Amino acid sequence: MLELKHISYHVSTPEGEMDILKDISITIPDHRLMVFTGPNGGGKTTLAKVIMGLVQPTGGQILYNGEDITGLSITERARRGISYGFQQPPRFKGITVHDLLLLAAGEEKLSKDRCCAYLTKVGLCANDYLDREVDVSLSGGEVKRIEIATILARHSDLMIFDEPEAGIDLWSFARLTETFEQLHQEGKATMIIISHQERIIRLADEIVVIANGQIAHRGSTEEVFPLILADTLGGCPVIERKEASL
Amino acid sequence: MITEMDAKLLEKIADLTGKPVGAFNIRKDSGCEARQSTEHIEISPRTDGKSGIDIRFKPGTKGEKCYIPVIISKTGVSELVYNDFYVADDCDVEIVAGCGIHNSGCSESRHDGLHTFHIGKNARVRYVEKHYGEKDAGQTGGNIMNPKTVVYLGENSVMQMETIQIRGIDSTKRETDFFCEAGSEVVVTERLLTHGDQTAESDMTIQLNGDDARGRVISRSVAQDRSRQVFRPVMVGNAKCFGHVQCDSIIMGDARIQSIPAITANSTEAQLIHEAAIGKIAGDQLLKLETLGLTSEEAEDTILKGFLA
Repeated sequence: MLELKHISYHVSTPEGEMDILKDISITIPDHRLMVFTGPNGGGKTTLAKVIMGLVQPTGGQILYNGEDITGLSITERARRGISYGFQQPPRFKGITVHDLLLLAAGEEKLSKDRCCAYLTKVGLCANDYLDREVDVSLSGGEVKRIEIATILARHSDLMIFDEPEAGIDLWSFARLTETFEQLHQEGKATMIIISHQERIIRLADEIVVIANGQIAHRGSTEEVFPLILADTLGGCPVIERKEASL
Repeated sequence: MITEMDAKLLEKIADLTGKPVGAFNIRKDSGCEARQSTEHIEISPRTDGKSGIDIRFKPGTKGEKCYIPVIISKTGVSELVYNDFYVADDCDVEIVAGCGIHNSGCSESRHDGLHTFHIGKNARVRYVEKHYGEKDAGQTGGNIMNPKTVVYLGENSVMQMETIQIRGIDSTKRETDFFCEAGSEVVVTERLLTHGDQTAESDMTIQLNGDDARGRVISRSVAQDRSRQVFRPVMVGNAKCFGHVQCDSIIMGDARIQSIPAITANSTEAQLIHEAAIGKIAGDQLLKLETLGLTSEEAEDTILKGFLA
């Protein structure tokens, strides 16, 4: 179980202090599929990074399976079973797809069959990709899918995916949603997926809408999805003000 | 006699364990430790009075490998070696060179070598050269290697040259010159690591003299601590040819790197490209590997190993 207690994160800017996360508390039970969604700049990615240790909160506490992990490093959290799929994964000159899967699995050897299984789940063929370097020769969508494959290879208890659909073509996206659904059905891992895609949102046990650094809504798909749609239709507040004054 | 320490050096620089199969010449402390020719590869001492060997591959020799490693196990050794390779037409061979120094004292040990390749037509040559140095604890003797390689590449021949400076070389000045005839292709892959107060300079010129000649240089280096590196790869197009120079370096600590690739076209049909980049290890690369459970040290090590692989 993951518990976030009063998480806040603020940064100093030339314009003054800015609150990115404002006193967020949330408990995520095991084996749930949670989708974090909300407007750009609302704090979703920062919150996910706080869980992985990529961002150190300025206030609050994170408990994972009862242990306070607030002060733990990224490595220590990874070793406790938390994994994180980056929105824009880095590239590595000289490191092959196979090398990355091996590092992710934490094993000395990884059979081609297993590599193939991970890559197939993200719509890639092992024969074409295993020996390729994860460098600029790969497209953004390919790097993104390899990133997701590394998370699958980790078999971690808590998987965080930051906009897994970004940059991925429609066909691969369909395959990816099947993979998320399948993982969820296996019921072995908790998943937090940051997404704006309806197909992923509809897979969720629970949706958390994060806006202005706070949890704006939280609930089942049936409860929250209509609220998201309503917000989407809201339009531009500036125009609305002008129209009101006419 | 090959000691346990020598064996370790040989494994490091030539991936050799035990006696090599096929043709070989093992040079140790300026003498010949072992030599063997085969039906198709003849290794013989030079006849012009200079130190070194001639290696002759008969026409059509295919699938054979030749080892010519050099080891220096003493302090204060200084040598200048001339090795000439004659690769006849239609050969397809691999040559594994390499030099390892174990400096046991406080005097400088130095290996300077001039390798000249005369490669015929329609041949394929893979040439691998690894350099490595180490010292006994507390010893200060410098390990120096200055290799010069000159290659005359015949029509429609291909040469793949892989040079790797593993670590432990205090000073190196590399010179590499290629002269490429029509339809030939050269691919040079250079990997170099410097650390401490080491210095490395690499000058390379590839002359693409014949139509449809192709040249490619892929240079990757890592400079750590206070070390210094200078790269000057030059691709010269004298005909309808294609050349590409790519230099990538990772800079760490207080190191300094100069990367000066150049392209010169002496023909309107020459198509030449160069690119160079120097940068530190990207923070997002380290973070990504840490999210896979590696410590920051392990992550850095993994990135460097991959980069120099």
